[in-house]
Amino acid sequence: MTFRARHLLGIEPLSPTDITSILDLAESYVDLNRRTIKHADALQGMTQINMFFENSTRTQSSFELAGKRLGADVMNMAMAQSSVKKGETLIDTALTLNAMHPDLLVVRHPQSGAVNLLAEKVNCAVLNAGDGRHEHPTQALLDALTIRRSKGRLHRLTVAICGDIVHSRVARSNLILLGKMENRVRLCGPATLMPAGAGDLGVEVYQDMREALDGADVVMMLRLQKERMDGGFIPSEREYYHRWGLDAEKLSHAKPDAIVMHPGPMNRGVEIDGTIADDINRSVIQDQVEMGVAVRMAAMDMLARNLRAERGARASEGVYV
Amino acid sequence: MILHFDNARLIDPEAGSDMPGRLTVRDGRIIARDADSPEGAEIIDCAGRCLAPGIVDWGVKVGEPGERHKESYASAGRAAAAGGVTSMVIRPDTMPPVDSPESLDFVVKRAADAPVRVRHMSALTKAREGREMVEMAFLQDAGAVAFTDGVRVVSDTRVLTRCMTYARGLDALIVGHPQEPVLSRGAAATKGKFASLYGIPDVSPLAELMGLQRDLALVEMTRARYHADQITTAAALPPLRRARAAGMDVTAGISIHHLTLNEFDVGDYRTFFRFTPPLRAEDDRLAMVQAVADGEIDVIASFHTPQDEESKRLPFAEAAPGAVGLQTLLPAALRLYHQGGLTLPQLFRAMSFNPAQRLGLDEGRVAVGAPADLVLFDPDTPFIMDRFKLESKSKNTPFDEARMQGKVIGTWVGGARVFG
Repeated sequence: MTFRARHLLGIEPLSPTDITSILDLAESYVDLNRRTIKHADALQGMTQINMFFENSTRTQSSFELAGKRLGADVMNMAMAQSSVKKGETLIDTALTLNAMHPDLLVVRHPQSGAVNLLAEKVNCAVLNAGDGRHEHPTQALLDALTIRRSKGRLHRLTVAICGDIVHSRVARSNLILLGKMENRVRLCGPATLMPAGAGDLGVEVYQDMREALDGADVVMMLRLQKERMDGGFIPSEREYYHRWGLDAEKLSHAKPDAIVMHPGPMNRGVEIDGTIADDINRSVIQDQVEMGVAVRMAAMDMLARNLRAERGARASEGVYV
Repeated sequence: MILHFDNARLIDPEAGSDMPGRLTVRDGRIIARDADSPEGAEIIDCAGRCLAPGIVDWGVKVGEPGERHKESYASAGRAAAAGGVTSMVIRPDTMPPVDSPESLDFVVKRAADAPVRVRHMSALTKAREGREMVEMAFLQDAGAVAFTDGVRVVSDTRVLTRCMTYARGLDALIVGHPQEPVLSRGAAATKGKFASLYGIPDVSPLAELMGLQRDLALVEMTRARYHADQITTAAALPPLRRARAAGMDVTAGISIHHLTLNEFDVGDYRTFFRFTPPLRAEDDRLAMVQAVADGEIDVIASFHTPQDEESKRLPFAEAAPGAVGLQTLLPAALRLYHQGGLTLPQLFRAMSFNPAQRLGLDEGRVAVGAPADLVLFDPDTPFIMDRFKLESKSKNTPFDEARMQGKVIGTWVGGARVFG
């Protein structure tokens, strides 16, 4: 148990040991989640607020379920429809919330860096549930857990991340995590969807899917983020699917036991062929969802421990937090 | 079948040579140079006249679809063969434009009517509207050799940046029309004494420089492969030079009309001399001839633009721009040779070798192994151009009744004689 930070804002500040300890703890929650009685008490009596400034169903319910199974009082605030519309600034929202004394804040925001800004202003632990094109740490951790369980290890693997890289916080968090764990990461997609200077990020950049997938252990497909596009990145979905959509022929270039991942929600027939997504021998997409709850439980458990330790320490110094 | 061209003055733009030679052709390809004629070969006695690689004319407009009354693939093909053009590189600015794999498929099928090779460029954006890029990968797979919206400049730099970035990923060539679109809107002449005296709406030659500089900045940003369709002013040469020195993958072309005519040729509002961009000052024309000689301008083309009589029988600024050129490209280019500005290897480097190389085509050479796309011509035969004798359906040439020199004797495509 080494993860000592107050917040989980990104993968960048984590050490390989931090990552391993979160994944190890998550394993125990995978077991718990498969039982009929799924309750633990790590967050007993604590208040968890989910603030989603961007619409989300999957991630928000995953965090909600994780909090409830750990015994927290969970409140969801659909910020996309709330006071933000009335003109409140992010910092004012944070101060308002702070006065309610939450213990865990789970935040998603359409602007990169917004979650970091919020974390500076509140007195509780903050979990980044995705900020703009920046990071989505719990997604990378759940992907790592899925890979580790499926491949038996999380190092010296060849991982191809394919599709809409430029708009993807999932890709950023994943390539950082996989790099820290000493894997070979390849990025593949149309040049318009590749971030500038991708080659300087310690990854290999490919245009051609067949080359990118050649000998890969893991194929990670990304969603074409139409909602983040202001038009004109690709000429059409049919051309995109033809060149960069994962189908059986392209997948045949990867290792025979390569797994297929997708953070969801999928655009079938755009970035992935439906039959590949449904192939139980290759696709681990459903496993990713399951690991998501366990990883979020582990992350919140650790942050809660750190918070208690910090508050305990301060209380013993006579400081009221 | 074996063909043996004997006693030729062989123009080799690749080697830069102009000397007596022989060529042997079998199964459509050149198999030997300066060898004895093989057993059973058909011998063509060139009688000391010029044998050069056929012209690869980059930027031909055919009226299919939409304006077949102006030019069909059959009529353009006949004009090409008669003019020594063995490959036509077709513009996509038809009605509707060639901007999808389906529309490309249509013109590829129609092009079977032409007796010469036909290559197609695709539009760069859908409907040439400058908003959304075309399906470049599909079009490339279907044979598009380059992407261009022609004279319609993509003014939204974000759209053009995306197009260039996407094209770089596919290693596709983008052809730009360097012109500042707002300044040049409605202009029919280059700014100067002539336009002022005649009261023609004009544009500064620097609008070309501005357009080129913008495009080159985007090329530097995206590292795309880029060709400027027409560079016609001396002011645009220094940035072109700098871009190349910086290692950018950039080439440039010019029309034969801008090399052989100037602003004063318009004379009494003669609409057959209306071009986009407009004919330039004599100083610019001379600088451009020198730029071709120096290899700074890579490609000379006809920019063959058929217009019917009604499109030209209008006040100067309202008349449709452009001229037919497939059949006049060679004699007009020979003016530059006779005046001493350019050698024959230099001319054929710009008309045959360079365009083929830039478009990744096998032709444009007289090397062993190259396709036997050849033109045999006498550079000296004088004649007076009669526009009604042109093979094109449209007769809009600025060289009508002009004294010219140079007669095509024969044209071969893949070893098959298509003219003469």
